[in-house]
Amino acid sequence: MNYFYFPLEEWTNDFVNGWLLPVMSGFFDSISVALRSFIDGVTNLIIAIPPELLVIVLILLAWKLAGKGIALFTLIGCLYIGSVDLWAETMQTVAIVIVSTLISVLFGVPVGILSAKSKTVDKIVRPILDFMQTLPIFVYLIPSILLFGLGGVPAVIATFVFAAPPAVRMTRLGILQVPEEVVEASQAFGTTSKQLLFKVQLPLAVPTIMAGVNQTIMLALSMAVVASMIGAPGLGSIVLSGISTVNVGLGLTGGLAIVVIAIILDRITQGVGNKL
Amino acid sequence: MNKIEVNNLTKIFGSHPQQGLKRLKNGEQKDEILDQTGMTVGVNQASFAVEPGEIFVIMGLSGSGKSTLIRLVNRLIEPTDGEVLIDGEDITKMDKNALIDTRRKQLGMVFQKFGLLPHKTILHNVAYGLEIQGVDKAEREKKALETIEDVGLKGYEDSYPSQLSGGMQQRVGIARALANDTDILLMDEAFSALDPIIRSEMQDELLKIQAKLGKTVLFITHDLDEALKLGDRIAIMKDGRIVQIGTSEEILENPANDYVSNFVKDVDRSKVLEASHVMKRPEVLLSYKDGPRVAVRKMEEAGVSSIFVTDKEKNFKGLLTIDDAIKAYQNNTSMEEVLITEDIYSTPPDTPLNDLIGIAADVKYPIVILEDGKLLGIVSRVSILSGLVLGKEKDEVISA
Ligand SMILES: Nc1ncnc2c1ncn2[C@@H]1O[C@H](COP(=O)(O)OP(=O)(O)OP(=O)(O)O)[C@@H](O)[C@H]1O
Ligand SMILES: [Mg+2]
Repeated sequence: MNYFYFPLEEWTNDFVNGWLLPVMSGFFDSISVALRSFIDGVTNLIIAIPPELLVIVLILLAWKLAGKGIALFTLIGCLYIGSVDLWAETMQTVAIVIVSTLISVLFGVPVGILSAKSKTVDKIVRPILDFMQTLPIFVYLIPSILLFGLGGVPAVIATFVFAAPPAVRMTRLGILQVPEEVVEASQAFGTTSKQLLFKVQLPLAVPTIMAGVNQTIMLALSMAVVASMIGAPGLGSIVLSGISTVNVGLGLTGGLAIVVIAIILDRITQGVGNKL
Repeated sequence: MNKIEVNNLTKIFGSHPQQGLKRLKNGEQKDEILDQTGMTVGVNQASFAVEPGEIFVIMGLSGSGKSTLIRLVNRLIEPTDGEVLIDGEDITKMDKNALIDTRRKQLGMVFQKFGLLPHKTILHNVAYGLEIQGVDKAEREKKALETIEDVGLKGYEDSYPSQLSGGMQQRVGIARALANDTDILLMDEAFSALDPIIRSEMQDELLKIQAKLGKTVLFITHDLDEALKLGDRIAIMKDGRIVQIGTSEEILENPANDYVSNFVKDVDRSKVLEASHVMKRPEVLLSYKDGPRVAVRKMEEAGVSSIFVTDKEKNFKGLLTIDDAIKAYQNNTSMEEVLITEDIYSTPPDTPLNDLIGIAADVKYPIVILEDGKLLGIVSRVSILSGLVLGKEKDEVISA
């Protein structure tokens, strides 16, 4: 099958080494600085909150949005995390999840809206999303280290690439799901396209968008271990050191904490979607 | 001026509508164009005009283009060709802002599937049209509350559409259209999703609303009974074309072609029904010996402007209008002198309704039903039409 040689490898390297790194490094540095302070801010904020207070708020939220069972689970799960002394690491992981989710939503919802409104945009966006979700993580992990250095920032970028697509897809779906007769009726009364979006389509799409946000959060959490490989602090690094020192107990301790956080966040965000 | 005027309006769905239009203008039919080009003719060179305060019904089988036509009137669908004048302004040539403004100020619409906003309460649904115009909250909610009350849904302001029955949801749909105070109501099979009893109630209500507010109504239906009951005039559509326009009588009496007569032939009640089946007891009967003064008082009490007069044996004597009665009273003349006896059409109770359709349209006063000279009842144009639509109504039949 080798009819001609396609020098993708050389081209890419030339592009990265010859242009991206030298010319754009200032640009990426400033992104890096901004993101790092954002992540640090969020981390410091949630670490500064007394754990007991945070747990009470979480329990109340869980109770209101997901029922008694999940409230009880939240209590037991948080007691577990405290008892294995992983509260700080958990908060570091949660901070990265929060930041990547926020960025994913800030990017995903508008893009989802545009691709619901325009077939052309959808045709362009769709393959990019497929690319983002299926490209092996390490392929973009390495360049993001080159561009942003080690630590939380490349972790957030890599998490964003992997976790943002559901936010885009579900926003688009949510808007297209609004019944035709509702859109038509609104238009018949003289709704402008902006009013249609903000007064009709988005409010009705919120439950679906929330389901997308929920998926984004879950995918972001699932990236915790990978994120730690490029230097992000948190539960992932506990699991990672458990693996590298063949300390099965340590790996399980950290892994279990990730699962606990996943279940709590999943049920609470699902509850938000259902309540709306 | 006509409230709505539609001239040569055409809609072709498909990739090259202009080509399809050329074919239509060469006289090709909907199915030929579909076969040869794959394009669907939704509406084919339709023209009609609706006068202010008129209920104009468009009737046709499924797929005949009714929904497309009504959506061309407020440009929810872009026309391929032709014009739509709303109060003389061509909506097809308006820019976006003018179009939105016309929809807000002139054109209310009611949908078959209601199209209510599921995330808003009834109050906010009804206020929606005013909300998007930027009317302030207090004012629009006051207006919405009044309208909700008008359609009989007081107390449901804070419910959500899903908590209401179909009939109630459509009342909300009507209230939403009324809240904007538009002169025109577009109604696309507005009552078709409702069960028969609710449906008939809603029809009566629409007639009441129309009589009170003088709206111009463009009403779509596939149901002839509904068309006859509501329509001042009826247009019949087939394959996107309007094949006949006329009053109920004209369409029942002279169907323009087989398509229309097929529609109409179900309504052979006119042949079965007799005058006695639809006649009503006259509002007030004045005995011959009463003077003009009693006559005026009786008419005032009953809130009518004319009264039928008989003698003691119920022998029909004539009709007295309130003006004539007052004149007679002032001039001190006798009642016989002012009694109308000439222009009144009388007929026996077993006259087929069919024979009365044409007459009812021409005569000035209700037809009187006489047996051996005695007054049994009266038949108005309305009672003939509703008789045709509803059949015999037990409670309104007078046993002779
Ligand atoms: N968006 C569309 N694209 C293509 N064809 C359409 C579209 N909308 C309607 N049509 C076609 O146009 C014709 C008229 O449809 P329309 O919905 O106006 O009929 P209708 O008289 O309202 O029927 P019904 O009683 O079933 O509601 C049909 O042949 C239909 O298939
Ligand atoms: Mg239709």
